[in-house]
Amino acid sequence: MRLNLHTRKLQTQSLKREMVKNYQLYLMVLPSIVMIAIFQYVPMYGVQIAFKDFNARLGIWSSPWIGLTHIEKFIQSPYFFKLLWNTFIINVYSLAIGFPIPILVAVILNELEREVYKKFVQTVICIPHFISTVVMVGMIFLFTNESKGIINHFIAFLGGERIAFMAKQQWFRTIYVLSGVWQNMGWNSIIYIAALSGVDVQMHEAAIIDGAGRLKRIWHINLPTIKPTFVIMLLMSMGKMLSVGFEKIYLMQLPLNLEVSEVISTYTYKIAFEGGSFSYGAAIGLFLNVLNLILLVSFNRIARKMGDVSLW
Amino acid sequence: MVKGIKDLLFDTVINILAFMLLAVVLFALIFVLSASLSDPHMVVTGKVVLLPKGFNLDAYSSLLKQADVWIGYKNSLFYTLIGTSINLFLTMMTAYPLSRKDFKGRTLVTVIFMITMYFSGGMISSFLLIKNIGIYNTLWALILPGSVSVYNIIICRTYMQSSIPFEIQESGKIDGCSNFGVFFRIVLPLSGPIIAVLTMFFALAHWNDYFNALLYISSRNKYPLQLFLAEILVRSQQTSIDAMMSEEELIAAQRQADKAELLKYALVVVASLPFMVVYPLLQKYFVKGIMIGAIKG
Repeated sequence: MRLNLHTRKLQTQSLKREMVKNYQLYLMVLPSIVMIAIFQYVPMYGVQIAFKDFNARLGIWSSPWIGLTHIEKFIQSPYFFKLLWNTFIINVYSLAIGFPIPILVAVILNELEREVYKKFVQTVICIPHFISTVVMVGMIFLFTNESKGIINHFIAFLGGERIAFMAKQQWFRTIYVLSGVWQNMGWNSIIYIAALSGVDVQMHEAAIIDGAGRLKRIWHINLPTIKPTFVIMLLMSMGKMLSVGFEKIYLMQLPLNLEVSEVISTYTYKIAFEGGSFSYGAAIGLFLNVLNLILLVSFNRIARKMGDVSLW
Repeated sequence: MVKGIKDLLFDTVINILAFMLLAVVLFALIFVLSASLSDPHMVVTGKVVLLPKGFNLDAYSSLLKQADVWIGYKNSLFYTLIGTSINLFLTMMTAYPLSRKDFKGRTLVTVIFMITMYFSGGMISSFLLIKNIGIYNTLWALILPGSVSVYNIIICRTYMQSSIPFEIQESGKIDGCSNFGVFFRIVLPLSGPIIAVLTMFFALAHWNDYFNALLYISSRNKYPLQLFLAEILVRSQQTSIDAMMSEEELIAAQRQADKAELLKYALVVVASLPFMVVYPLLQKYFVKGIMIGAIKG
């Protein structure tokens, strides 16, 4: 017991000495910690507004508590299932299409034999990633315009009927997802290309001797090599699943497509900043945030069980 | 012999697929550029496919007269410059101690940072905070909330751990450097590639940022480019063609509308060009940066 206390004392002393010796390191992280505290943790504490009847005059801290009223109101509102469904389906859709394509792109590029050509294709297909969301949506409007857009000119050229893409709600998700693929497939493939460059050459040589063709080698050697990367990326996108896309969806919204384009985040924005109900908006935002967290934790647990991969 | 034919077939298919990828991306980019350099009527009637028709720079010269766009351009440049500097400063300063194994408390600090990657207060309580501390509608509202980027700190920390041998830092200490000294004289000069990547990431995020400006900026003379772009490119879908117009007026209005359409193409080019030009030069660093980020920290 005595000895134990003594060693603990010694430990505290050596920790203190260490901290004094390295005080400059603590000074270096201090500014970031202050920033994180103010701009991340204070708003987290401020989330309590979701359980209060916010009054601008009283401020967050003095507004009266009303418990779960706002959350209940949201769950019982006629929009609830529609919003949840819209949010869910557009993200599932973009994950289902947007996730495998970069892997396919990486596999294709990896098989190209001329190094210069490979680099060229890779560089070009990464470029759209740098276009801002606003410009991207602007391009969508330009390209899909019924009478002036290039896509409709092409359809007309082939003898088809012109389509008012943005005014038709059944096209909304398709346009959202495909434009996303166009913009990000190159960028998202970089990580897989990098992983593929680490494939063991000897395995390929051995497989050739055994008479495996190129497709077989892709399937049995290349794809297993990038599997850990694949799982981590999938995990990350699933965790963010319900939160992505505010800017793009908000910008693509027209009164005609609101039926399918209104998602939880855009609705929150409108409730708070167009309708002025800050508490109700915050409650909806919190609902989404918690849902996201539950998703992330569960997917992480599944991945850990299945393949020993985990985000933390 | 059969194998040879199979391989040839495989190569052909791969090459065709790769060419299709290239074509899909390149075509849209070239089309926007060509359209912006063409005659408005040719563009809206679908005569322009790949190369400009009726080459002229009218769209660009009318863009020069759009005061809004240039106010936005100037503001965005300014925000990007200040924002990126602050981001870089904080990221490097924070990543270094976290890369040191002998930094007591680094797990705690890392956890405090990482929590914010998975949970946040949401847009409304952030907005109220910005209002309450009095930086609403100022440059700081765009810069400070995102000034600490946890993801990039982790990338940077991993880079410092894996690419800068600790022995060099130790030898610096033996020569009498303090921790600051080691950071400024040894670690920073060896961090060139990661600084290049981070600069580009941060600058891109500031230049393309729409959401923060939408929430926090209310005066038009402080609008960044993206807010003006949203007005011109996205929110102006209805062209006002009045049924009461005479035929001549109608044609004139139509021509005006075509010109406005062309202006949008030019705007897309002007707004996106800076990064598209810089990116290919920095590409190899990017690949490196993304790879480091992929290593689990």
